[in-house]
Amino acid sequence: MADMSVKICGVDFKNPIIPASGVFGYGREYEELFPLQRLGGIATKGTTLHKRTGNPAPRIAETPSGMLNSVGLQNPGIDYFIENELPNLLEKETVILANFAGSTVDECVEVARRLDETDVHMLELNISCPNVKQGGAAFGTSCDMAAEVTAQVRRVTSKPLVVKLSPNVTSITDIAKAVEAAGADAISLINTLLGMRIDVNTRRPVLRNNVGGMSGAAVFPIAVRMVWQTANAVKIPVIGMGGVSSGRDAIEMMMAGAQAVQVGAAIFTDPYAPVRIIDEMNEFLDSKGIKDVKEIIGAVKPW
Amino acid sequence: MKYTQGKYRILKKTAIAREMYSFIIECPEVAEIAQAGQFVHIRADGFTLRRPVSICEIDREKGTLRIVFEIRGEGTAAIARLNEGSLIDMLAPLGKGFTVNENFKRVILVGGGIGTPPMLSLAQIYGERAVVITGFRSADAVILQKDFKKVGAETILCTDDGSLGIHGFVTTPLESILNNGGADAVYACGPMPMLKNIAALCNEKNVDLCEISLEERMACGIGACLGCACRTKRNDEEYFAHVCKDGPVFNAKEVLW
Repeated sequence: MADMSVKICGVDFKNPIIPASGVFGYGREYEELFPLQRLGGIATKGTTLHKRTGNPAPRIAETPSGMLNSVGLQNPGIDYFIENELPNLLEKETVILANFAGSTVDECVEVARRLDETDVHMLELNISCPNVKQGGAAFGTSCDMAAEVTAQVRRVTSKPLVVKLSPNVTSITDIAKAVEAAGADAISLINTLLGMRIDVNTRRPVLRNNVGGMSGAAVFPIAVRMVWQTANAVKIPVIGMGGVSSGRDAIEMMMAGAQAVQVGAAIFTDPYAPVRIIDEMNEFLDSKGIKDVKEIIGAVKPW
Repeated sequence: MKYTQGKYRILKKTAIAREMYSFIIECPEVAEIAQAGQFVHIRADGFTLRRPVSICEIDREKGTLRIVFEIRGEGTAAIARLNEGSLIDMLAPLGKGFTVNENFKRVILVGGGIGTPPMLSLAQIYGERAVVITGFRSADAVILQKDFKKVGAETILCTDDGSLGIHGFVTTPLESILNNGGADAVYACGPMPMLKNIAALCNEKNVDLCEISLEERMACGIGACLGCACRTKRNDEEYFAHVCKDGPVFNAKEVLW
């Protein structure tokens, strides 16, 4: 069995697999199926300063080899998270990345300030949610805004700060470099791609929000490309995600330059996906005689 | 909250109406704990999202569940292609089922179309104390009438086009029963406009308990992703509840239509 551990921004992960924010809640539902300590880490449901009710239903649609969602950051607010969910998560012997977002820079800063006072291991600033009217992707699609919100959040926390990027941009490397320069400790990508489905019988969009974020296996090649470009453009660590469904996908993402891998929509098909992926990665590494998963990070040999 | 994911054998597959299938599935650990009104989340080969299907019958002795579903699209079509003897991948049992009270002397079960199957799991419990009102588009869509009679329930059948039973909607016989003796509880599953009318009728006639089972596009099925939102009112506050975990069964008074 290979050494599966990785270290990102000084934080030790027992393995590189992390359920992505939004698919895993705060872990309680999946804990019925497997012990959370098997996971490298957990990215918690995106939290905002005040509770948000989210978007009206339908919020979910199937797409070829993927899905759309427009949940709209429904969450109970940062104080509830810190009081009622975080203490339980911190007992699980896995790295906790608190994902958070805001409608304004000030809101992001205030949430980060409150998280900084907790024992959470890392912060993941979401500047890429496509399903909210203010903030969200608006921060993530402009270099200036992305840099501004990153810099302001950076000032109020000494915890490792991961900034989660949107793929809905012209140049992912420009945004990545902007948040790196503004003080991000790591980058995670990709959030969902903006998509749409229309019911041809009713002429209505399937999602009540009209548009939503696309994820699942269909986006995997886009994610690999963006992770590869980003890892080559910045010096800070990159956490890759987008359509990872198997151990081989996770290995591929790491070869593209990711130091850890988040798993999203795959968990809806197979609720055991994160732990299955860990096992499959192990099998792959053993079959190749690779003793340490870190050997494959950025190991792609481009033509 | 207790559920498992596994692959279970389909013991019997029956086509019971046009594009409607019945599976009897051998799954002792699920049947052991399943409650009327809960659902199973079925993996459709080649699709990202599982498909939620309500439980139709629970047989703890035999360790089996029965599900009845309609082909709605490509995902349910893929599930319908599974054959007797093959394995079906389920995450189950999920959600909050119906409130069952052994002291109830008379209950009304209302099923509209493909909302009818979960009513059978309640009819199994209430037997002769249940009046089952079901409504379908037309005679060729009618399902489960013999099954309801077999457990001793009284059945009232309606069709939209009058091709079988009463010509009209389920709310007409429901209102007449509520006016003549009433019932301890009304349970319903079916299209939203039907449920809305039933909820209003039960409210007007002061029925003590009216529970309805809802359906919504769903991803995780267990309450983690918050995909299947339903507008409800709790403690006078509007709240997006989730069909998979807070439901699929809701007290009709909580739902904001």
